[in-house]
Amino acid sequence: MTDENKNKPINKKERMKIPRQKMPEQLPQDRVRNFKEVPYGLTPQLAMEEAKRCLECPKPPCIAGCPVEVNIPAFIKLVAEGDFIGAARKIKETNALPAICGRVCPQEEQCEQVCVLTKKHKSVGIGNLERFVADYEREHGKVEIPKLPPSTGKKIAVVGSGPAGLTVAADLAQMGHKVTIYEALHKPGGVLIYGIPEFRLPKAIVQSEVNYLMQLGVEVKTSYVVGKLDTVDELFEMGFDAIFIGTGAGLPNFMKIEGENFNGIYSANEFLTRSNLMAAYDFPNMDTPIFVGENVAVLGGGNTAMDSVRTSLRLGAKNAYIVYRRSRTEMPARIEEIHHAEQEGVQFMFLTNPIKYIGDENGWVKAMECIKMELGEPDASGRRRPVEIKGSNFVLPVDTVVVAVGNSSNPLIPQTTPGLKTNKWGNIEVDPNTQMSSRPGVFAGGDIVTGGATVILAAGAGKVAARAIHKYVMGIPFDEPKKEEAKPAVR
Amino acid sequence: MFKIIDKKELCENVHQFRIEASHLVQKAKAGQFVILRKDDKGERVPMSIGGLDKNKGLLTVVIQEVGKTSASMNRMKIGESFADVVGPLGIPSHIEKFGHCICIGGGVGIPPIFPIAQALKMAGNRVTTIIGARNKSLLIFEEELSSASDRLLITTDDGSYGTHGFVTTVLQKLITDGEKIDMVIAIGPVPMMKAVVNTTREPKVKTLVSLNPIMVDGTGMCGACRVTVGGKTKFACVDGPDFDGHEVDFDEMTKRMKMYAKYEKVAYEKFLHNDCHLAKQIEEMR
Ligand SMILES: Cc1cc2nc3c(=O)[nH]c(=O)nc-3n(C[C@H](O)[C@H](O)[C@H](O)COP(=O)(O)OP(=O)(O)OC[C@H]3O[C@@H](n4cnc5c(N)ncnc54)[C@H](O)[C@@H]3O)c2cc1C
Ligand SMILES: Cc1cc2nc3c(=O)[nH]c(=O)nc-3n(C[C@H](O)[C@H](O)[C@H](O)COP(=O)(O)OP(=O)(O)OC[C@H]3O[C@@H](n4cnc5c(N)ncnc54)[C@H](O)[C@@H]3O)c2cc1C
Ligand code: SF4
Ligand code: FES
Repeated sequence: MTDENKNKPINKKERMKIPRQKMPEQLPQDRVRNFKEVPYGLTPQLAMEEAKRCLECPKPPCIAGCPVEVNIPAFIKLVAEGDFIGAARKIKETNALPAICGRVCPQEEQCEQVCVLTKKHKSVGIGNLERFVADYEREHGKVEIPKLPPSTGKKIAVVGSGPAGLTVAADLAQMGHKVTIYEALHKPGGVLIYGIPEFRLPKAIVQSEVNYLMQLGVEVKTSYVVGKLDTVDELFEMGFDAIFIGTGAGLPNFMKIEGENFNGIYSANEFLTRSNLMAAYDFPNMDTPIFVGENVAVLGGGNTAMDSVRTSLRLGAKNAYIVYRRSRTEMPARIEEIHHAEQEGVQFMFLTNPIKYIGDENGWVKAMECIKMELGEPDASGRRRPVEIKGSNFVLPVDTVVVAVGNSSNPLIPQTTPGLKTNKWGNIEVDPNTQMSSRPGVFAGGDIVTGGATVILAAGAGKVAARAIHKYVMGIPFDEPKKEEAKPAVR
Repeated sequence: MFKIIDKKELCENVHQFRIEASHLVQKAKAGQFVILRKDDKGERVPMSIGGLDKNKGLLTVVIQEVGKTSASMNRMKIGESFADVVGPLGIPSHIEKFGHCICIGGGVGIPPIFPIAQALKMAGNRVTTIIGARNKSLLIFEEELSSASDRLLITTDDGSYGTHGFVTTVLQKLITDGEKIDMVIAIGPVPMMKAVVNTTREPKVKTLVSLNPIMVDGTGMCGACRVTVGGKTKFACVDGPDFDGHEVDFDEMTKRMKMYAKYEKVAYEKFLHNDCHLAKQIEEMR
């Protein structure tokens, strides 16, 4: 486009003519050989062009589609005007982690799904724009450290450093409280560090969020397992005025089928932790090994399964399969990830379920007996229940299996915190208006409350908790619970 | 940082460290373990607690060189620090007044038996400890254990010290002699623990073993440490490390511990080569 057109106001029709701008990315054949991030990100030109597509709807549905209600049209308008820093700050009014959310949020089920353009055209690339402005701000050293209010003298402990914990800590520090994060692993970030691979979320971005917290005066204590070193009650004894628990859903589920403990069979948590947190892909330069054979089967259909299967290709698998008991439409993974996996050569085996493993004499898995499934009546989740087709058994030769069929909550904190109420899945029960648990002063949020969910829901819970914790420690009464307005279900 | 305050070689390839970790030491109990990481490139390796000096805030661990990480740790010097000491992890050993307890240790399973024997004795038990090694020079923690036990019995495979034979030779004799035994706890190499369990199965003596499968996080997050106990999968790091020995599937565990054998060999050889290389360079510089 020419400079002449640039400043001319454009009308709705012209806006709708602009095609959705593609984010440049590494070619599939190149990227399966490296762990670098797949997309390169938008250029400023592409971002401005994309931003022009937004119709600036008077009653924007996209805002309500966002779990933390980012003022989407306002930030997009700033992008269109070339004010990228302003746009980044606009997002940060409600979402502290835009560089992360822009990469990992399921926009296609949230803001982009309800964008008015989705019906007839492609939605505005909200996620891509979010990512762009956050990167722009960071890469240009324009991340602002806000001036902190005078100290309140209140101390708050945050247990777990995933998106929930990081958000709580950032918000409370900015209200003048002294915040200490306790993290069990040796690096902060939760799933963002140990689970989601570098090729989808570069670790430097997570690290820069943590650095930002430290600049706000937040203290981060790693390798600190709460419930083992100190219990929640002992943290209170140490002088904390309130405690936030954001310990995630870190207990891997197995399928409890015959042979599951053969060598070569991993939980996705172990497989991804070895590769991401311990950087086993760089063995023996790094000390932690990982084993990936020629034929790798990953069980499950969520993001965790996609991350595992794509990791296995990068670690040298010849055949990498997704084995999923339902069909493509029921897969909970993000569409973008499924698409990327397909481009990279992942083979999908839908309506297939493993029933037992076959091992060799040294205890290594060498094959997996599977059965074909068909979809029956809908179950509690509303998805059609897969049922076995009798006699459809077959054997798939495999030497590595990654079980990615979900996580449960780690019982360590509930077990060591008397009076902390949990539900039948072991998730901590909280008042949704405050995120406070059955124990006064103990708040919780993220996957430990919801079960495995999303980064933005965890961050959103952190925001709610931060406001309530502030009131709690300052002796301000909580608001009367709002009459629950109907909000689009985004879970 | 977790500073090494004191270090000594107990026998060939086995070093004892006393590490500054005062907070952890106040909280830790006999039977628990820690996870060490040497530096930023390092693997997370579990090590048993071989002593707790609550006054000085010092943690004792005893490391045997078996591969790259243990080798590089054993080359650390007094004054250097571990990047991480995580813990205390695992459930402490169940201590109560059982009556007559037999504590059995083999190899680097001997040090962790020490705080357990101490705790059992404090709880009013009569403690007999049996420790074994291939030969006299490899026997460690004799002094500590003789102070912590009512009776200390020693075995060596080659007969160079104590009874000629294995720890089970002595254990079998106690059983045959008709000694009343209320509880046995055994820590050591898998074949030793398996042999102990086989010895006590018939006479139905309650036997605990402390399992040491491959671990990563040590908090129940990954499942690397899964073992089959009584037909059920358990995570040794959070459900153990102590389990009812008669229920443990040792064969599966032995196989699982070899999962990375190929890689470990490469890493270890590379390490030893570099180490040699470095030593030569230093030599030349002098
Ligand atoms: C592989 C994978 C891919 C995913 N992909 C996506 C995606 O693309 N988009 C998306 O929106 N969501 C995705 N998710 C889900 C998302 O990552 C989680 O919903 C989110 O991270 C939950 O945040 P959290 O803060 O509740 O906990 P977590 O991120 O799980 O962090 C919890 C932290 O608490 C620590 N902790 C636990 N117990 C203790 C203790 N006792 N003491 C101290 N610290 C403790 C843990 O070590 C961990 O660091 C993915 C999840 C996985 C596993
Ligand atoms: C609860 C527990 C307590 C232990 N206590 C002690 C102790 O007090 N003293 C001691 O010397 N050793 C102890 N070990 C074993 C010790 O962790 C391993 O010897 C060490 O990790 C080997 O690392 P490496 O790189 O030197 O050897 P590698 O070359 O990597 O491996 C050599 C052998 O060590 C085992 N191993 C490797 N990696 C791990 C790992 N991450 N976790 C557990 N085992 C592994 C493997 O089965 C392998 O056969 C304990 C293990 C556990 C689980
Ligand atoms: S719904 Fe789409 S077009 Fe409308 S304001 Fe939101 S992003 Fe812009
Ligand atoms: S070591 Fe990861 S679950 Fe036990």
